[in-house]
Amino acid sequence: MALLEVIDLKTHFRTGDGVVKAVDGVNFKVESGQTLGIVGESGSGKSVTCLTIMGLNAKRNTISSGQALFKGEDLLKAKGDRLRQIRGNDIAMIFQDPMTSLNPVYTIGKQLAEAVLLHNDVSKSQARARALELLKEVGIPRAETRIDDYPHQFSGGMRQRVMIAMALLNNPDLLIADEPTTALDVTMQAQILNLIAKLQKDYGSAVIMITHDLGVVAEIADDVIVMYAAEVAEQAPVDRIFNNPQHPYTWGLMGSLPRLNADVERLVQIEGQPPSLLHPPRGCRFHPRCAYAMAVCRTDDPALAAVPGEPNHLQACHLDQATKDRVSAELLGTFAGKATA
Amino acid sequence: MIQYLIRRLLWAVALLVTVTAIGFALFYLVPSDPAKQACGRACTPQMVARVAHYLGTDRPLYVQYAKFLGRLMPFSFTGGPHFKTPSLGRSFFAQEDVNTIIGQAAPITFSLVIGAVILWMLVALPVGILSALRPRSLLDRTTMFGVLVGVSMHPVWLGLLLLYFLSDRYQIFPIGNYAGLFHATSYGQPVGFVQWCYYLALPWFTLAVLFMAIYVRMIRANVMEVMNEDYVRTARAKGASESRVLRVHILRNALLPVVTMLGMDIGLALGGAVFTENIYSLKGLGFETIQATVNLDTPVILGVIVFATTMIIIFNLLVDVVYAWIDPRIRLA
Repeated sequence: MALLEVIDLKTHFRTGDGVVKAVDGVNFKVESGQTLGIVGESGSGKSVTCLTIMGLNAKRNTISSGQALFKGEDLLKAKGDRLRQIRGNDIAMIFQDPMTSLNPVYTIGKQLAEAVLLHNDVSKSQARARALELLKEVGIPRAETRIDDYPHQFSGGMRQRVMIAMALLNNPDLLIADEPTTALDVTMQAQILNLIAKLQKDYGSAVIMITHDLGVVAEIADDVIVMYAAEVAEQAPVDRIFNNPQHPYTWGLMGSLPRLNADVERLVQIEGQPPSLLHPPRGCRFHPRCAYAMAVCRTDDPALAAVPGEPNHLQACHLDQATKDRVSAELLGTFAGKATA
Repeated sequence: MIQYLIRRLLWAVALLVTVTAIGFALFYLVPSDPAKQACGRACTPQMVARVAHYLGTDRPLYVQYAKFLGRLMPFSFTGGPHFKTPSLGRSFFAQEDVNTIIGQAAPITFSLVIGAVILWMLVALPVGILSALRPRSLLDRTTMFGVLVGVSMHPVWLGLLLLYFLSDRYQIFPIGNYAGLFHATSYGQPVGFVQWCYYLALPWFTLAVLFMAIYVRMIRANVMEVMNEDYVRTARAKGASESRVLRVHILRNALLPVVTMLGMDIGLALGGAVFTENIYSLKGLGFETIQATVNLDTPVILGVIVFATTMIIIFNLLVDVVYAWIDPRIRLA
């Protein structure tokens, strides 16, 4: 049984302007110890998917449907108390902006200890000792003194490490990282990713990594989901996504990656803007921006189908297989050594 | 911290001097002669001159001011340096030291303000927080309407209304006046805690209504703002219960501005809640100020100004200290 199985997850928000369909039918599985990368533009529904799994959306005006089976238990139907038992304990989440994710009026030691004390019947000093242990593991220098410092006394990279420490205090089975490195510079990004990968090996947790950066995905993911406009465009093991992308959006994403070995004047971009989720385009949601759009794309929203010969590789596109294979091969040609198995 | 306090104290002194200087100047710019006022209508110019000499108003302004400051200082150099109690002078009208007048009026104002503060915070805190937690619900909308009404009710209007209905017609509450808490402040006055509360019930309510409205709005806005902060989401993601999220994470951050405003409002109100005192005939500082203004009783007015300024300074200092204690980001004074 998969650690987490998400079946037909939908999250709609009622707003003054209508219903925003932020997530509209997402399916995936995460196995123990594996890393799933969720890739997509801003507004594609990546964060909302994970917030829905954790039950962290605002309750008013939010309609969720589908199932999120964590070890067989449907989290969407779980009661508040049960969800609270799971959060921070079995499933932990770290967020995008480390600068604002910590409460400014309490020391980080207190906030870390809180995570321990909420789920374990231990004394305050034991909780503090555990917090200190994790702080050292995530690489905070002089952790014994720093544990009594306030968040504003830490830099962004340090704060994100504190957040990671906070998430791992109770040995969660699943760690959801929502764009953990977006707000940090590249060198810090490398360190944080390495840290997450190392801790994942040490603790054996599964990881869902949400990002808009294909580079990050290539680095640490085992499986990848590409989301577009609240739906899944393509999902596959990481080597298949990079070696045989089958959806025009994925081609667009890969094509827009800067090449170090080519001399280009302008970066290639996908034309147009992500669509409004209030009134998504009829038919395939990507068709207004797709270079390969056909008549059927305007009327029928393609369902996910397996790529012939690759049962784990799903894509939602009406294009014929021959064209897909051809474009995929062309794209790989321009990479010349970038895609690795 | 000590350095900070010393610096603040020095600023306080500078502020006091400035405020009193301006107060002094303003008074003497008023086209009326206090000596004439004090003497009365039937006075001849010679009598007025004698009164002026007695009161000291025939001296130049800066001399009067210097004497005023001299009286105010807690030390004196005449007959060798020694400590003395600061004196605010002597009233031009009542043959009393201003210190005494203020000493009698201040406890009444204190009683009024402290009770009102407790009342308005007891109401504003839960109502504000609940409204923020349930935005646009029936409770919230009713509260906002209530706020609008509360803010619009002038204390005089409200006071008169309450006096008419509750004191005069139905005789549930007394018609104004004050009851001493520990001892009577004037002849024949009822004394004791119950009486004290009974006499102050309507004044407390009248003074509190306006502030209640303002604070409900402010608390609601602050809580709503903090509710949407990322660290609140982090707390939930850790598995904290909603009540814990509210108590530990939201409130401390949301109430910071409330602490500031409360300190300032208390300081200000202690300077004289003029309308309320007048309506309910409570002879507190506001009452005395009005009387003194009408009579051009400069020492009393200046005395109240000094007292009010001191109160405001003290409370502002307290607020700063409390703020630094609550919010660790502020501590590097």
